[in-house]
Amino acid sequence: MLFDVDEIFRREYGRSVATLVRSFGDIDVAEEAVQEAFLVAVERWPVTGLPPNPGGWITTTARNRAIDRLRREASRHDRHAQATLLHDSQQPPEPVGPVTDDRLRLIFTCCHPSLAPGAQVALTLRLLGGLQTPEIARAFLVPEPTMAQRLVRAKRKISAAGIPYRIPEDAELPDRLRAVLAVIYLVFNEGYSASVGDALGRDDLCAEAIRLGRLLAELMPDEPEVGGLLALMLLTHSRRHARSAPDGSLVLLPDQDRSRWDRALVEEGQARVRTSLRRNLPGPYQIQAAINAVHSDASNASETDWAQILELYDQLMESAPTPVVGLNRAVALAEVVGPTEALEVIDGLDLAGYHLFHAARADLLQRLGRSADAVSAYGAALAIATNDTERAFLEQRRQAAVEGGPGLRP
Amino acid sequence: MKQYLLSVHMVEGQAPPPQEEIQPRYDSVEVFNKELQDRGAWVFAGGLYPPETATVVRLRDGEVLTTDGPFAETKEQLGGFWVVEAEDLDGALVWAAKGSRACGAPVEVRPFQELPED
Repeated sequence: MLFDVDEIFRREYGRSVATLVRSFGDIDVAEEAVQEAFLVAVERWPVTGLPPNPGGWITTTARNRAIDRLRREASRHDRHAQATLLHDSQQPPEPVGPVTDDRLRLIFTCCHPSLAPGAQVALTLRLLGGLQTPEIARAFLVPEPTMAQRLVRAKRKISAAGIPYRIPEDAELPDRLRAVLAVIYLVFNEGYSASVGDALGRDDLCAEAIRLGRLLAELMPDEPEVGGLLALMLLTHSRRHARSAPDGSLVLLPDQDRSRWDRALVEEGQARVRTSLRRNLPGPYQIQAAINAVHSDASNASETDWAQILELYDQLMESAPTPVVGLNRAVALAEVVGPTEALEVIDGLDLAGYHLFHAARADLLQRLGRSADAVSAYGAALAIATNDTERAFLEQRRQAAVEGGPGLRP
Repeated sequence: MKQYLLSVHMVEGQAPPPQEEIQPRYDSVEVFNKELQDRGAWVFAGGLYPPETATVVRLRDGEVLTTDGPFAETKEQLGGFWVVEAEDLDGALVWAAKGSRACGAPVEVRPFQELPED
């Protein structure tokens, strides 16, 4: 076969489902029809060759199949089928008003605040990302029946509660867009730092989040935070190969081999940060992207412009004053002012349940020559860290502190 | 149009609002009710007496058993409710936000089941 149906499925599934959801007002009808159309394609395309517009072919075939099926059911006095057909006949053939992609409506449906975050993520990956239920279950380390049930419940809630398929009005758009961005970033972070198990990253989820980010950036080119989030993910993802050593162990930013950074992603990320910031509507994603862009500018760690990073963290603290941002700001403060001042700031943070809080403290203590305190801080980090790769890293640092050495970084 | 129950949740044992806040709250709920009616969203509404006034009726072995209420021994109890009509959940959420501001308590939104199919 000269084409890859799986690849076409992943690329076109979301678009077709979104169009059919608008037509029929029913996610299950849309999904079943699109899956059926792909089954037809798998049989037919090897014989007839790939149609000029595979996505369009899938949507048309799915639509015809859905109408046939609904007509059969409607003739058996199935009220739901009758209503679904009526919904379809009442839709204009092309949406009126400004041209908007149906996928954008569907993203806002999937990320509606009345759905639990876990359900938002699962629905987005399934309906927009074209991931199958077993894949989503594996990615989030839950049993497949649990994930299947989560999806069924979420779809039932959408239909029972009447969660609309539309782009929110201007007044609610900022809040609702924040929820969409949070879902995409959550998918990315889940891939980037799997919190349990021994795999440090699950590249598939990162790639999927970036794909969703690109889609959103294409659909909402005027929203600077959309570009900011995409840039942040691209710049983070550009370091994936440098982030672990050949033996699988963790390599922190200062110690990474920067020649292994993905230059294409770095350049795209930096360009997107600049474009977004030019609108002069900075937000948390744009600022975090800008911080990563500063790191990407330095050809080695010692050339990092920490003063600029500290300034960006000060700005981030204004829009997102969370303890975790405070912790990262303190790390920059240590570089600009010194470890004593940074330690003072960190000790004022309420983050005792976060392993990186203890790891950052330990690093500063070690730099101040307080090895015994550093050992116990690494111990506190190890007591709560769950990722095996991170644990191995912390263990190694603790060992270095036990031996009274200067640590890996003087 | 769909119908939604907007229920007002009270936490038992929580101090009642001070006297001088009660009348303004009644007034703002009345304004809200008027808006629901003017906009054609009103179906029905009412405030309830406290949970200790409740009686529970159930069938046990075919016999009617009547006991003192409330049914659910929880701290959160229903204080009152509106039934409204809205285009979709977002429409109902807008009403819920206004209702919550008017009565000064959290409001839960639940969709009514559609009329049963024959």
